Amino acid sequence: MSNPRSPITILKESTTKLLFPLIALGCALILGVLVIAWMGGDPQVAYWHLFNGAFGSLPKFGETLVYVSPLLLTGLSVALAFRCGLFNIGAEGQYIMGMIAAAWCGSAFTNLPFWLHLPLTMLTGMLAGFLWAAIPGYFKAKFGAHEVITTIMMNYIALHLSDFLVNRVLIAPPGTSPVTPIINASAKLSNLLPPSRANTGIFIALTCLILVYLFLWKTKWGFEIRAVGYNNEAARYAGINVTKNLVLALAISGALSGLAGALQIQGVQYRFVQLFGFTGYGFDGIAVALLGNNHPLGVLFSALLFGSMNSGALQMQSVAGIPKDLIGMIQAIIIFFIAADYMLKRLKFKKTIQSTPLPKEVQL
Amino acid sequence: MDLQFVLGIIAFVIASTLRAATPLIFASLGGIFSERSGVVNIGLEGIMLFGAFFAMLGSYLTHNPWLGVLLGMLVGGLVALIHAFVSIELRANQVVSGVAINMLAMSSTALFLQKFFHTTGQSQAVTKIDDWSLPLIDQIPVLSDAIAHLNPLVYLAIFLVVTANFFLFKTTTGLRIRAVGENPDAAATLGVSVHKIRYFSVTLSGILGGLGGAYLSLGAMDLFKENMSAGQGFIALAAMITGKWNPIGAFLACLLFGLAEALEGQFQLLGLEIPKQFLHMLPYALTIVLILGVVGRSVAPAASGVPYEGRK
Amino acid sequence: MDKPYLLEMSNISKSFPGVKANQNINLAIRSGEIHALLGENGAGKTTLMKILYGLYKPDAGEIRLKGSPLEITSPEQAIHRGIGMVHQHFMLIPPFTVLENIVLGNEPRKKFGMLDQAVALAKLNKLSLELGLKIDPHTKISDLSVGLQQRVEILKALYREAEILILDEPTSVLTPQESNDLGEILRKFVAQGKAVVFITHKLKEVKKFADTITIIRQGQVVNSVSCQETSVESLAEMMVGRKVLLEVEKKPAKLGENILKIENLNILDHRKLPKVRNFSLNVHAGEIIAVAGVDGNGQTELIEALTGLRPVNSGHIFLNNQEITNRTPRQIIESRLAHIPEDRQKRGLILDFSIWENLILEEYCTPEYSKLGFIKEKHAQTHALMLIKEFDIRTPHEKTATASLSGGNQQKIVLAREIRRNPQALIVAQPTRGLDVGAIEFIHQQLIVERDQGKAILLFSLELDEILTLADTIAVIYEGELMGMLPRTEANEETLGMMMTGSLRLKQKEASNS
Repeated sequence: MSNPRSPITILKESTTKLLFPLIALGCALILGVLVIAWMGGDPQVAYWHLFNGAFGSLPKFGETLVYVSPLLLTGLSVALAFRCGLFNIGAEGQYIMGMIAAAWCGSAFTNLPFWLHLPLTMLTGMLAGFLWAAIPGYFKAKFGAHEVITTIMMNYIALHLSDFLVNRVLIAPPGTSPVTPIINASAKLSNLLPPSRANTGIFIALTCLILVYLFLWKTKWGFEIRAVGYNNEAARYAGINVTKNLVLALAISGALSGLAGALQIQGVQYRFVQLFGFTGYGFDGIAVALLGNNHPLGVLFSALLFGSMNSGALQMQSVAGIPKDLIGMIQAIIIFFIAADYMLKRLKFKKTIQSTPLPKEVQL
Repeated sequence: MDLQFVLGIIAFVIASTLRAATPLIFASLGGIFSERSGVVNIGLEGIMLFGAFFAMLGSYLTHNPWLGVLLGMLVGGLVALIHAFVSIELRANQVVSGVAINMLAMSSTALFLQKFFHTTGQSQAVTKIDDWSLPLIDQIPVLSDAIAHLNPLVYLAIFLVVTANFFLFKTTTGLRIRAVGENPDAAATLGVSVHKIRYFSVTLSGILGGLGGAYLSLGAMDLFKENMSAGQGFIALAAMITGKWNPIGAFLACLLFGLAEALEGQFQLLGLEIPKQFLHMLPYALTIVLILGVVGRSVAPAASGVPYEGRK
Repeated sequence: MDKPYLLEMSNISKSFPGVKANQNINLAIRSGEIHALLGENGAGKTTLMKILYGLYKPDAGEIRLKGSPLEITSPEQAIHRGIGMVHQHFMLIPPFTVLENIVLGNEPRKKFGMLDQAVALAKLNKLSLELGLKIDPHTKISDLSVGLQQRVEILKALYREAEILILDEPTSVLTPQESNDLGEILRKFVAQGKAVVFITHKLKEVKKFADTITIIRQGQVVNSVSCQETSVESLAEMMVGRKVLLEVEKKPAKLGENILKIENLNILDHRKLPKVRNFSLNVHAGEIIAVAGVDGNGQTELIEALTGLRPVNSGHIFLNNQEITNRTPRQIIESRLAHIPEDRQKRGLILDFSIWENLILEEYCTPEYSKLGFIKEKHAQTHALMLIKEFDIRTPHEKTATASLSGGNQQKIVLAREIRRNPQALIVAQPTRGLDVGAIEFIHQQLIVERDQGKAILLFSLELDEILTLADTIAVIYEGELMGMLPRTEANEETLGMMMTGSLRLKQKEASNS
């Protein structure tokens, strides 16, 4: 009776789970070919540079890791929220708040040993993200305000708030450019693969993937969150506190995006520079989560995919002349397919695929 | 301060408010039609951006800004049609589809900018729609400064508010749209085609969203800038919610948001030392405050966001 | 003397997966008559009428309207042919006015596409006068009482010139006075040579309104009788029937302490109307008390209050002398009250979870199954395997997603989980709904075993057979009130049928309240 699933069954199930994302990716890439041709470029050349730009050499690979690392965490962030049935469109704002909080902590403390300062800075970023998401979470719990609009608004507020902080409050002396002071060495993450900017932050991101997996599938808190995400009525009947879990899931999700921002400062930028628009890491995180089926392993692969595409796009743009915005288009098309996929999954494969809970109904 | 000065400021603020509110009005009217029929349309932000770009492109190609506006509306409608298909036919999650539209808009308009104009950031200047001067009213002091010298699209927006209200609440089609958004099953048992009504409403919302975007590039400015919608599509949705899915209510909410944006400049004039970043934040924070105060008392169309699983 | 047939349905059959809803049904409606379709929940009455209204297509059979055969493929067609339906769950749009609801889909128009209110009002007023259906056309539906809402539904059909009016359980939501008003309206309607078919389970109303009664049981017609010539008792007997009961071996109950004490419970529904009134009941260890009643008479609200999912307006609930009124669901679960909910897929299980996860859905946070926050997976899975064997749950292994199991096996998981928590009391709602005979038998046996082991069991069921099989004592609920309690040995179908439909109320014996 207790046959663990045979390797063949696991293989079959994994292939079916992978099929839709692969089809989505394939169709998007084909459409990309059409766009490249329309732009007057050579699709083969363009795609070759896309690939080579990301993986062509060790330093290039290092730069790719720089793009992948934040996506691992923002993708994880959105995925965790989805697991509780929530849309965290505010990952971008949580990321920004994490960045600025880490920039402050990294430069404000001067005499701390690195084994204290480094994690402290990370935690500050996580806390900033946690709070930034807990606010819309509270609004949802208390007032029933749907998190889609509130988190989007928090994105814009974060953008302008960070603007204010970097120009007025945290500005580095002598106060001529809108940047924060460089963080102290005790808060910096070590460099890997010079001359690229790859750093040990990637290991922290990977560790988070594992931790979130354990949290969601091995602990009792994760059990509750997933239960609420799948069927909050049955969860309620079983005694689970649905409201508490909704707020907690959103807040933890924010912490992950905040950590992404902190690692960006600690490993790549070392200071916060005024943003003239959104960074895109938060929004890309949504695409990563959806393509990754809201599972840490899926997030790993789609973060690698999108990260390397964004990285390679620079070479594709400078050498082959195709604007890197093409990558954004490909991502958007993938999401369209994913949106339609969920319906197909629900109808046909309800019994064999553990579909992730995208809320079927939305009310603003 | 003498009266003349104060009145001058007030008139100026009124004019600025109307200008700032106009794109919001178009987009929120669009949002109303879509949601009243039961389909959530988060993609209005992206549709506005598409509208802004293609309106500019149309004006560039034909040197006629009005044709540009038409093109912007057309593209807006087409994009919304995609959303309609994915949401209605494929019964996909409507928010995800909307998010995809927004992402597509951001990247493809930037791409098109490079394709057509070989530049990034913003396009060159094109022929815009010039402001009007309303005869008769422009003879009246103060009032003239307030309302007589605005862009025709501003006047159009106000006209559309009244028209939309009439259409939604006085005509039989409006009745059916609202019925389908409240209880599609009931409407279906009486022979109303739920799918047809929803396709119509969502496409209309795209046309209106495109019009809002066209104002951004051809009414308020004379060019297209990357990401020029800057969240106004979302603010328009918030205005829709605050206005209880009612054209007149949404109009008033849009005026409120427009006022917030108009006042951004005035605070400095009045000598108040508020950092400009907080003024930038104002519309977004206001949105949250209004949503909190209103949710619970403001009830969305009952079937909004729920894919219709019944017969067509 | 016999009026002509207006509508004939011959040999209608319709099946759904696993269920034969209608088998060879013959129904003949004469013009000028009020014809009742009488039967229990799930007997097949609504299916038959949905076929007539074009919502379902019959697998076999024929429909004739005024002698000529007719194929009805959609509600629009049915409306076109003069068949109007007033659904049990109203198809109304609450924020719209009466007028808007009535004309929707059929709106008179004037210039600019505007709704021509004047024309609509004129037609509506004419109808209202003809039949005495007074209603203010400009009121919003949400402001109307249920009785008036029903009038709107009737007017909707009449506005479209219905000749045959079908009403599905029309009086289940009406007060006695509103029922009388309805009766008068229907009389006036059929006096015009038209016909009314109404579906019901309420014997009193049938006797009051109907000319002819067709009784349906388990998808088949039992008989078609004249109302005047048939007694309420024989109607009840035909409706409920004498079938082979699933006899389970049952020793007489050995009563212990009073475990579950329900005292004067008053519960409101979401519209703030009283749904349960002054309900008192005691369940002792070692007995099964079954609550019989037609769906919608307060059972759902009562169960929700007992399990902490709905607030109690007044009254008390005690579990082993501990007050549990208005406690949270988790607290009640921890007090060892188990609950098998009536909708296993929506409320009892998380279908996307695996079997072992569903089996610890309430205990995952206890020291038994979690240590330092981590769930003891192996332990839970071993436990699951044990339960799978014990309860004979058919599944390849314990990690299967629950969604892939059959209904019976899913229910067994809920049962296993609740029973193995070793509760003091069990609240069981509709445990065998939609299940096959084998699963039903198994679950009934399990409940008897638990009862013999000293648990207090409160059973709610819509199936009289199930109640008669399992109960030691039977309580009947009607419109939120306790109509009476009977020991099983003294209960029979007629008495129960009459209590369930409000025709009979027993005096409470003093002894049963200790």
